[in-house]
Amino acid sequence: MDMSGEYQIAAPREKVWEGLNDPETLRASIPGCQSLEKTGDNAFSAKVVAKVGPVKATFGGDVTLSNINPPESYTISGEGKGGAAGFAKGGADVKLADDGEGGTILTYTAKADVGGKLAQLGSRLIDGTSKKMADEFFSNFREQVAPTKESEVASEAEPTPAASTPAAVSARDDSEEGFAGLIQNRFVQASLALIVLILLVSLFR
Amino acid sequence: MAENGIGAPVRRKEDKRFITGAGTYTDDINRHGQAYAYFVRSPYPHANLNGIDRSKAEAAPGVLAVLTGDDVAEAGWGGLICGWMVKNKDGSDMRAGNHPVLAQGKVRYVGDHVACVVAETYAQAKDAAELVEVDYGPLVACSSTADADQPSQPQVHDDVPNNTVYNWELGEEAAIDQAIAAAAHVTKVDLINNRVVPNAMEPRAAVGEYDAAQESFTLYTTSQNPHVARLVMSAFIQIAPEHKLRVIAPDVGGGFGSKIYIYSEECICLMAAQKIGRPVKWTGDRSEAFLSDAHGRDHVTHAALALDADGNFTALKVHTKANMGAYLSLFASCVPTYLYATLLAGQYRTPQIYCAVDAVFTNTVPVDAYRGAGRPEATYLLETIIDVAAKELGRDPADLRRQNFIKPEQFPYDTPVALTYDTGNFHAGLDKALEVADYSNFAVRRAESEARGKLRGVGFSCYIEACGIAPSAVVGSLGAGVGLWESAKIRFTHTGVCQVLTGTHSHGQGHETVFAQLMAEKLGVPIDNVEVIHGDTDKTPVGMGTYGSRSLAVGGQALANAADKIIEKGKKIAAHLLEAAEADIEFKDGSFTVAGTDKSKALGEVVFEAYVPHNIPQGLVEPGMEEGAFYDPANFTYPSGTYICEVEVDPDTGVVSIDRLVACDDFGVIVNPMIVEGQVHGGLAQGIGQALTENCVYDSAGQLLSASYMDYCMPKADDLPSFEVSNTMTACSHNALGVKGCGEAGAIGSPPAVMNAVADAIGTRIQMPATAEKVWRALQANKTSQAAE
Repeated sequence: MDMSGEYQIAAPREKVWEGLNDPETLRASIPGCQSLEKTGDNAFSAKVVAKVGPVKATFGGDVTLSNINPPESYTISGEGKGGAAGFAKGGADVKLADDGEGGTILTYTAKADVGGKLAQLGSRLIDGTSKKMADEFFSNFREQVAPTKESEVASEAEPTPAASTPAAVSARDDSEEGFAGLIQNRFVQASLALIVLILLVSLFR
Repeated sequence: MAENGIGAPVRRKEDKRFITGAGTYTDDINRHGQAYAYFVRSPYPHANLNGIDRSKAEAAPGVLAVLTGDDVAEAGWGGLICGWMVKNKDGSDMRAGNHPVLAQGKVRYVGDHVACVVAETYAQAKDAAELVEVDYGPLVACSSTADADQPSQPQVHDDVPNNTVYNWELGEEAAIDQAIAAAAHVTKVDLINNRVVPNAMEPRAAVGEYDAAQESFTLYTTSQNPHVARLVMSAFIQIAPEHKLRVIAPDVGGGFGSKIYIYSEECICLMAAQKIGRPVKWTGDRSEAFLSDAHGRDHVTHAALALDADGNFTALKVHTKANMGAYLSLFASCVPTYLYATLLAGQYRTPQIYCAVDAVFTNTVPVDAYRGAGRPEATYLLETIIDVAAKELGRDPADLRRQNFIKPEQFPYDTPVALTYDTGNFHAGLDKALEVADYSNFAVRRAESEARGKLRGVGFSCYIEACGIAPSAVVGSLGAGVGLWESAKIRFTHTGVCQVLTGTHSHGQGHETVFAQLMAEKLGVPIDNVEVIHGDTDKTPVGMGTYGSRSLAVGGQALANAADKIIEKGKKIAAHLLEAAEADIEFKDGSFTVAGTDKSKALGEVVFEAYVPHNIPQGLVEPGMEEGAFYDPANFTYPSGTYICEVEVDPDTGVVSIDRLVACDDFGVIVNPMIVEGQVHGGLAQGIGQALTENCVYDSAGQLLSASYMDYCMPKADDLPSFEVSNTMTACSHNALGVKGCGEAGAIGSPPAVMNAVADAIGTRIQMPATAEKVWRALQANKTSQAAE
């Protein structure tokens, strides 16, 4: 399975980089993460509850970081084992770039192999589930590195399910029309600009 | 004709209990104090087993035992064997590899048996299985049939170089190459016979029991052949001597071949039962069935058919790679050889045939016989290549076939691939099928479809198959480890109840009805007075079970022979009672009559005299009325037929609809036409499933991706037309009943008929299954290439 995505995060590269290397930030960002510990300079171990279609399991995994080039890029790789549910292993190349407006554009390309029940029952669902988890991760991650107390502003401005999604991050992904639609929404764009402004002020004061 | 005898469409006696949910299947059997087993299976297709820590699982609630390969090694058990030795081209033995009952050192496919957890409840066993800590050292896996024997591929078994089980051949390659070089026309095809999963309605299950006082085991299991199971478990796995191992196969909900074999789970239930001193039950779920029931087919074939300038077939050359999976299953080795290459003559006079088969190991579920076993693969190849040749030569596919048919007067016919067809009339079958299919008006129907924007195609398949694999001396010379005779016993009781004990096993075939009909025919016994007993090694005579459409042709003939012995003995008693000479006694419709008189005794009266022999002089006959017979056929039987399929393809969606499927079969004498029609319907559904919907998919890493009904598409009622089934008849010449066998024909004959129809409709040949996506893509590719021209 191959996938890639791009996320805009309303925080500077250094801040994003810091978050990507901080166990507490990661723990709060990874969907279903029960624990995450730093086990070495560039290694983490984690327990994550994940559900792929009919398969739900607690995955225990070890993750290492390599090709580290702060605050621009690294490679994350690892393996998670979910007992009877099977396993997943893979890696992702993560790159950070300035978006020219004080924020960061994060791009990743990931490759993963799944085995056991995950492959048997969930192979057709894995792409979708992975995308969903990646989106959730970056949505959570943005909340961590760039908290948006004002996200209510967006929901009040446009009380639709899309707009009520915390919106300080916009994601661009061809297969994710929800986010594409979000960006096109004028109210949300206005809110975004406001939030980004507030964030920038709050972050750098 | 006797009432409800041969030829009567009697409703199945067994269906009342099946339809009302009153059958007794293995999972319905619950023994006192029973515990439950759950198997830890490998999620890796190929990995070293570096260690198994069972301590946490052993400490879990309700857990009674955790068994691993170490326990099996400690018990000194042998491996799961392959019962058929196939030789390489150079005469050396095939390499079978070792198949431990629980994995030792290495796991070789996703689903391979790593450990067994036994607990008070199924849920506890399943939960504790999660706590078995297995240290896997993942290895690169080999999952490609076509590439498995390349030196670069990972080795599945260390002692099987290049993953090659055998390189086998039949025929003279040099002679064939000459014939092909000299041919006016040569047609070539590359075919994949897709891997399929058997999907019996009832998943496998087992209950193991150990009687410490008798030091004996009882195994209830989902088996097509309980005696074979006992033989293998006793003689090869060495679980217990045969008299200390009783195997009972109660009602079994379908097998299609997958329940012939001896599996790890049933063996381990016995081990666990002995260890904990309580009965142990295992019931597989559907996911486990996908992961552990032997799969079917999986061939990659290149073939060339040579024709002379008049369209006569002059030579056929075939090279097939057959995927055996990770271990060699019980009869796996003979399926792509003696049940495949020997059928490549089909219905035709092709004078020279050469077939080379490379059997390869891969990190996938073992592959073995599945409804048709080898004959569907042979038929698919032959009927495809002939269709392609007809298209290339601009010939009508029916005419080209007819031109090359073995002629009715040529029987018995020796094929160049070692078989002798005793009887058949292929012209009659084709003619009848063409008539039923209204082939002459196909063009009208095609135009009508085109007017609605649909593409209509017609496809033919003229199959022959070989049932009732025999005789024992021949199969033995070809490498079989067993004889393939069958046994039967007829036992009358005082009150005239006729008990039929057979070594065959019914798991959907309707033996309880058909064998009762044979008794009605032979002995005049009302079918309600017949009790058919099968599936229990303690009750029935030693038998070889049911597969290869053998039950009637082999087991039924054994039963008929036993009935003749009953008549013989009855005549002696009747002659005494009627004060006539034995030679003057005739037996008909259940009565012994003095020829030319009205003096007679009913069979029931004779039976009573046999059990209450107050008037029988000492020494005339033994008391009682019980006779048995063993029957070893002189040859295979050869059912044949013509199937014609018409499909309609929607060019916008690629959806293939089967509009008509005409099946005209020659099964020899038919005992119960209703059951035969049902068997044909079932076979057709499975064949159509393989052609249109079913496909077992492994990814390149060796993971099974199609392991549930979300991804593995079984044919459903709306995928199937109302079948048009008819028959022609040439009686089998070497069994007295004249019967041939009908269980597999539908699955053998239908895939090429469907695929030829699809190719005719869309103008391109695609590999099975012809899913909407594949058909649509083929149609788009056609458009693109036409536009380019």
